[in-house]
Amino acid sequence: MRLRTAHQLTVENDGILDTIAPDRAVSRATIVREICHHLAPYQVGEKPITGATVIAKDLTIDSLAIMDMVMELEDRFDVSVPMNVVAEIHTVDQLADTIQELRARH
Amino acid sequence: MGLFDRHAGLLEAYRTVRTTGPDPFQIRMERVLSPTEAIINGKKTLLVGTNNYFGLTFDPSCMEAAIEAIRAEGTGTTGSRIANGSYSEHVELEREIAEFYGKKHCMVFTTGYQANLGVIPGLVGQGDFLLIDADSHASIYDACKMTQAEVIRFKHNDPASLDARLRRLGEREGNRLVVLEGIYSMLGDSAPLKEFVEVCKKYDAYVLIDEAHSLGALGEHGRGLCEAAGVLDDCHFIVGTFSKTLGAIGGYCVSDDPDFDILRVTVRSYMFTASSPPAVVASVRQALRVVKERPELRKQLWENVAALYDGLAGQGFKLGPEHGPVVGVHLPDRETAIAFWRAMLDAGIYVNVATPPATPNGVSLLRCSLCAVHTREQLEHMVEVMTGIGRQMGLLPAARARAVGGR
Repeated sequence: MRLRTAHQLTVENDGILDTIAPDRAVSRATIVREICHHLAPYQVGEKPITGATVIAKDLTIDSLAIMDMVMELEDRFDVSVPMNVVAEIHTVDQLADTIQELRARH
Repeated sequence: MGLFDRHAGLLEAYRTVRTTGPDPFQIRMERVLSPTEAIINGKKTLLVGTNNYFGLTFDPSCMEAAIEAIRAEGTGTTGSRIANGSYSEHVELEREIAEFYGKKHCMVFTTGYQANLGVIPGLVGQGDFLLIDADSHASIYDACKMTQAEVIRFKHNDPASLDARLRRLGEREGNRLVVLEGIYSMLGDSAPLKEFVEVCKKYDAYVLIDEAHSLGALGEHGRGLCEAAGVLDDCHFIVGTFSKTLGAIGGYCVSDDPDFDILRVTVRSYMFTASSPPAVVASVRQALRVVKERPELRKQLWENVAALYDGLAGQGFKLGPEHGPVVGVHLPDRETAIAFWRAMLDAGIYVNVATPPATPNGVSLLRCSLCAVHTREQLEHMVEVMTGIGRQMGLLPAARARAVGGR
């Protein structure tokens, strides 16, 4: 999945970029854990939620709740994931990758 | 694989709704008697779910204007304004709405849905940013699918959430358009518009506000939340509808932008649909006059809002966050909402059922909308009926039920 204009992302205050940069390096495991935490209420039976879980298909979550979850994740990781990008995301792994990518380019 | 297989889940859910009693999504009004009463299932029914905020659908002056227009200009325009030309009345209506807001330009659409669907993608495209409230109306969500702009949702009625999203855009090039609504259609709550406008100014973002449910209801002259919040000049685009307070059908957008008229030859929902018929244009023009001349209707509307909202709240119902011409009554789930709705219909009261995904946060609601010409007796009766049903269904707090029962 490609972000058309993500390369244009900049931090609003370049002067403090260096000081906040290490802070932005959140581990992928943390992102996945956070996503799984949000998805837990929608788990079907005992089937565990993994990176390969297809969010809209393997779980009981509807499209509106997915968008609401993304909004929570946006604030948790200080990124914005445009709706058209969300539409292209299917699995937990893809969502985690997108968030990590957006953070890195910030 | 059949064409309708994709709807299997919906078909199943809908079958359950239809087989267990009257279908709330296909109600038939056998005869509409007035803004507040209709015959449904052979019975006179109180209407509290029609968005008819001023009750102007039966206003004699509006009806006469429509009848006269049909006699003078016929039943329809049979074409779009760019292909078949405008009637003088279309142009007059646009002039009057622009004047009502003190804005330079106005474009009228055949429906309110088409106004949002067309205007929003007409304003932002590739390389731009469209920021929408999470609880936006379907017409705004659908508009998002018609633009190449990046669409970002912010938390409902949360200026800080918008601020964070505009901040994250940083120095990226491209226009920012923020879309808000005066009154949200499901829970009747208003946007904290002044705060939103401040955030938009800080980031140089344009503001589009949809006053569909607030036209007439808010502001000293009924212009909507933009007037009530004192930020009319800071709202670059104001969208609204003729189908609620003005009692007909259609939509509009007003703006001071000198190039606004270019939208007439770019917005597809304006260009490729027939224009409003003469009767609609005439009744809307008259209804706008009534809004200006009879501010007491606004006062009556809010008195009725208070009567229903406070009445239901006093009985222990969980409602939307504030008084509004729409009163949303929270119920635990879809099945309960539909059962409650059916019990009300049996008792001769019509409201709307709203269930996910049409509602925010997965809530199930009975959506009531007030009318300036509802009588106090009608609303007291409604509170009584709903209280009875609520107790019967075990939904109201037991303590409250005991206290009332022991009266």
